[in-house]
Amino acid sequence: MLSIRNLHASVEDKAILKGLDLEVKAGEVHAIMGPNGSGKSTLGNVLAGREDYEVTEGEVLLDGKDLLELSPEDRAREGVFLAFQYPVEIPGVSNINFLKTALNEIRAYKGLPPLEAREFLNRVKEKQKLVEFDAKLANRSLNEGFSGGEKKRNEIFQLAMLEPKLGILDETDSGLDIDALRIVANGVNQLRTENNAFVVITHYQRLLEYIVPDFVHVLYNGRIVRSGTKELALELEEKGYDWIKETVDA
Amino acid sequence: MLDEVAADTMITQTSDSLYTQLIKTAGERLSSGTTGSLDEIRKQALERFKAAGFPTVKNEDWKYTNIQPLVNQPYALEAEPISGGAAWEKARIPDLDAYRVVMVNGQYSSELSSDEEIPGLQIMPIEQAFERLCFAKYFTAYADKTDNPFVALNTASFTSGLFIEVGKNTQLQKPIHIIHVAASANPFFSQTRNLYVMGAFAEAEIIESFVTDDAAERSLSNHVTEIMVRENAKLQHYYLQVAGEQSNYLNHTEIHQEKHSLYNNYNCSFPGAAFVRNNINVRLGDSEVESHLYGIALTAGSQLVDNHTIVDHMKPNCESYEWYKNITQDTSTAVFNGKIFVRLDAQKTNAFQQNNNMLIGEKSAVYTKPQLEIFADDVKCSHGCTIGQFDNEALFYLRARGISEAQARILLIHAFAFDVTSRFANDTVRQYVEHLAEEGLQ
Repeated sequence: MLSIRNLHASVEDKAILKGLDLEVKAGEVHAIMGPNGSGKSTLGNVLAGREDYEVTEGEVLLDGKDLLELSPEDRAREGVFLAFQYPVEIPGVSNINFLKTALNEIRAYKGLPPLEAREFLNRVKEKQKLVEFDAKLANRSLNEGFSGGEKKRNEIFQLAMLEPKLGILDETDSGLDIDALRIVANGVNQLRTENNAFVVITHYQRLLEYIVPDFVHVLYNGRIVRSGTKELALELEEKGYDWIKETVDA
Repeated sequence: MLDEVAADTMITQTSDSLYTQLIKTAGERLSSGTTGSLDEIRKQALERFKAAGFPTVKNEDWKYTNIQPLVNQPYALEAEPISGGAAWEKARIPDLDAYRVVMVNGQYSSELSSDEEIPGLQIMPIEQAFERLCFAKYFTAYADKTDNPFVALNTASFTSGLFIEVGKNTQLQKPIHIIHVAASANPFFSQTRNLYVMGAFAEAEIIESFVTDDAAERSLSNHVTEIMVRENAKLQHYYLQVAGEQSNYLNHTEIHQEKHSLYNNYNCSFPGAAFVRNNINVRLGDSEVESHLYGIALTAGSQLVDNHTIVDHMKPNCESYEWYKNITQDTSTAVFNGKIFVRLDAQKTNAFQQNNNMLIGEKSAVYTKPQLEIFADDVKCSHGCTIGQFDNEALFYLRARGISEAQARILLIHAFAFDVTSRFANDTVRQYVEHLAEEGLQ
């Protein structure tokens, strides 16, 4: 589904990703781990199309389509979803209106008619239940006044509503207490199917106790320096990132 | 033939400056005694205007709004009507059921207006109201106390306008939609004068739209409206500025409120008219008065929209609430000047003012100035002002969910304007204004 080859990216002329390769197949969950500053969040942002990041080399294909050619909105319409590390508060834009606009623009892109109001509200109800997100959304502005945990749950709720092919979770676990973490993870697990895939970016192993990955990759200095199964995460937890740094830098 | 007439007019125009032309015409009219009962008032006003002249940028009230290039162009003082124009339809508000009043080049058009008999409501050309009791009582009672030279000029030489009286205890079932159409085939300087009187316990909604006929030449309108809101009366008043680029406006609105009355003004400007200056002065003339002033200016091109407001708390226990939002695109300019007086008598005043600006055009400009003059000591006054740009983080967040950049900008503009639009008493007008905001966004 997702195929990243030799990806180089920089921010303000500082090279961050330095030849990253990654293959993700439908139905798989990949965890990207790594020390701070290794380029984890850059990867998520580059895939979503944030303009501050410049791709200097390499390619990214989603089901054969060149993602890097597309605007952020077209990537989303093709099925890329980035759950933000820091979801933005937008006062004056209602949660519901935002979701309806997003959903219908994605549907229009696929040649589908807009959802009927009732159908839409049923879907909101169903998905809120699925991800255990009970915040009152009607008449509330997007993320405004939400706690850190509510914001992250709102990201997963949006993911559930928009049903992307590829969900990228950018440190969704940061700032969450253990209950919120379990709820978020549970939501993601419910949304896993054989047709979609997840890339879970995290600093800590603890999220991976709940979202069990098929593969774990260690990102260091802009490249994937080690790949393995979920046991690699445990090993990392035990030995720390210094172990990686030492073996790579040596 | 028509061409020759036009050419002749051009010659007289260019030989006299607008100032000389206005003084001469007003003087001639006064000496011929054609305006009858108003002669004395007009004479005094003419003297006041002569003493002041057209303001320059040296005048603090006109510092950011240079009127000189506009008044230094030639104009005719008589309009040359464009035939068959249906320009008023440009002001149509979808789903609005209203009494329609169409003013073409400042003249009341009974043909285009709905012109129906409504119990308790009097609508007529102002020249037919001169003999009415309340006209004598309120005409020039407050507006002419200000130092705006355009009011003096208007009083001295207005030629037409509108008189509205909503009778005591009358609650209008439908809004009055006044449509001002600029439709002159020659460059035209118009002077209209309006007087609206809300009787005690009366309730009404007045919506005023400004539009331009596509075939119209450039114009400058000097428009003065006096509004009297009597005891316990309520008036919702909307200004919807959607005129064409060739139209320029000087609007002075002077509101005087009596005890327990409510006046709400919603002042909206959109891309189009090259020059718009609104003076909106609300005098809270007795206790227990409430006034709300809301404004949105979405500007584009090289437009200038200048809103000068005065909220004058004269008596105790009154409340005023003012919120203006400016969104400037391209090389346009928005000016906001909000003056609040709290006079010595006006204890227990609660006054709020907020002005937020979003600069979209890199070469656009915003000038904003809150001015609070407080003489009473037991009052609550607050004011604030912000200037910002599009929030790129928010823009990316919306786009990352599949929302197009254009649609994301619209959502963010709605969000920005929300503090103001959400206060609209009329939902149909609110939807119309939101639609205009979408259309006005490039």
